[in-house]
Amino acid sequence: MPALYGLMAEFRSPTDLVDAVVRARQAGYQRMDAYTPFPVEGLAGALGFHERRVPLIVLLGGLTGAVAGYALQYWASVIAYPMNIGGRPHHSWPAFIVPAFETTVLFAAFAAVLGMLALNGLPMPYHPVFNVPRFALASRDRFFLCIEAEDPKFDREETRRFLETLEPREVSEVEE
Amino acid sequence: MEASHFPGRHVTAAPETQAPVIQPGHTFASVTDKISAIVLTRRTPVAWLIGFAISFLITMMLLAAVGWLFVKGIGIWGVNIPVGWGFAIVNFVWWIGIGHAGTLISAILLLLRQDWRTSINRFAEAMTLFAVACAGLFPILHLGRPWLAYWLLPYPNTMSLWPQFRSPLVWDVFAVTTYATVSFLFWFVGLIPDLATLRDRATNRVARIAYGTLALGWRGSARHWYRYETAYLLLAGLATPLVVSVHTVVSFDFAISILPGWHTTIFPPYFVAGAIYSGFAMVMTLAIPLRAIYGLQDFITMRHLENMAKVILVTGLIVAYGYGIEAFMGWYSGNGYEKYVVVNRLVGPYWPGYWALILCNVIAPQVLWITRLRTNVIALFVMAIVVNVGMWLERFVIVVTSLHRDFLPSSWDMYWPTKYDWATYFGTIGLFLMLLFLFIRVLPMISIFELRTLLPEAHVKEPEDLRVI
Repeated sequence: MPALYGLMAEFRSPTDLVDAVVRARQAGYQRMDAYTPFPVEGLAGALGFHERRVPLIVLLGGLTGAVAGYALQYWASVIAYPMNIGGRPHHSWPAFIVPAFETTVLFAAFAAVLGMLALNGLPMPYHPVFNVPRFALASRDRFFLCIEAEDPKFDREETRRFLETLEPREVSEVEE
Repeated sequence: MEASHFPGRHVTAAPETQAPVIQPGHTFASVTDKISAIVLTRRTPVAWLIGFAISFLITMMLLAAVGWLFVKGIGIWGVNIPVGWGFAIVNFVWWIGIGHAGTLISAILLLLRQDWRTSINRFAEAMTLFAVACAGLFPILHLGRPWLAYWLLPYPNTMSLWPQFRSPLVWDVFAVTTYATVSFLFWFVGLIPDLATLRDRATNRVARIAYGTLALGWRGSARHWYRYETAYLLLAGLATPLVVSVHTVVSFDFAISILPGWHTTIFPPYFVAGAIYSGFAMVMTLAIPLRAIYGLQDFITMRHLENMAKVILVTGLIVAYGYGIEAFMGWYSGNGYEKYVVVNRLVGPYWPGYWALILCNVIAPQVLWITRLRTNVIALFVMAIVVNVGMWLERFVIVVTSLHRDFLPSSWDMYWPTKYDWATYFGTIGLFLMLLFLFIRVLPMISIFELRTLLPEAHVKEPEDLRVI
């Protein structure tokens, strides 16, 4: 028998799912994840998930872009290739603001996208949840809660009985 | 319409008098099936085949025109001295302006919590990408030696040369490339959950692998959504000042020069308003036939069309104010050259262009004050085309009338486009449409996951006895 990743319950509405997550946490389960076809308000909070890393990454990306963009222009115009253009100073800072602004936005945008993907562990070609055939509906109209086998309280029979009490459409085993 | 119960992204219900943003009776499954079926299962409409064939042929004409340009050089165009810019810059500004609506709809309307943006943001973003691609072609072709276009970028080279960062033309390179890149990122991030939907619904193995690869293994985890929404909102916040900066920088190409008619401070705001104006007109031009052909009236409702008409009306008034200030400043400056530019626009050799632009951009859109016309699909479609034409004429008048008669009458000359100018211009319209046809065939043209959030059942009803931990 293949190893078990967890047990997955399927729900019909976001309200049922949030309700299920809250009950599972009240029952003492910790290692779980919820899967939805669109962002459900309050679901991450119900899972006890609070994270502030994406904004920080974007801020760092933006600052890097600003410094790099400005430094590039300063270096090119003052040190590497100083040219007298209509008597303007080599360090023409008002003109340098425009490209520096653009590099700020560019780096921050890359930081947002790549940071989000990296924290989410994407791209990830394989994940055990895809082994459940009905999980294809997680991108259509169904809502899933998966309690993972790594949870200290996890027990194949006990956890299944618990999930049944949440009145899901069905409970399935997720193979590793 | 049911109002949402908590302050989420999708906030307000429409007032009773307005059409809904999504027709009642839809469910998560029905919106998913209806939009994904356009890509996956429905027969390709005959209109699509005809449209694609025509736009493909026009793109081939572009290829021929550009190929001949590479052989002979820009002498085949009508550009001369003093009118060195001609069609290349007219078309560049026109296309880049059209490209502004996508980011505006996606980013600014998202931050302003305008839920009606959801049905039109995806293809408006795609339209932005394709418009910026067409725009980017022109300055490169206009270089004369387009194969050396990479010289515009700062990179260590054996010539020990660096770009001239005091020049607005270099700012333009940074602004437009950043805009194209960020618009692409925004579009792609928005697509990831829908690509996962297509992966899960595709029955064809090749399609499943293709969509699966592009979906990056998205599985809709609540933790992923949380970071996703944060990143998406931050991208919108970044794209908002960016979209304003891009056309501002484009207007600097003109305003920082000393040419009469260009050297004016009204240019940045007036260019940005004009960009939004033409961009919304183009979204409308595309949305009206698309909703008819694919039967998307449930998702792109009269409310969307009417709201876009209102944006066109408002930005059109800002543009009209810009024309007024231009004429006023010509007189008020007391500068003979500035005054002459205004007179030359009104009654000079290019007078038909000027008066046609006033007719298209200032007078004609005023019919949108009338509710009956604002809610008439045919009238809106005609109006959108008129605005597209008017905004092209505006750029023609700005570029050509200022250049062809500047300070010294001995350097005056006339500018007339050649058949290669026209072939290149219409060719890019063909390229734009061809890319758009491909897009609506292989990718969902409406954001499916965002439509799901608009449905009443997407809102979590919180019972009294359960509190979120």
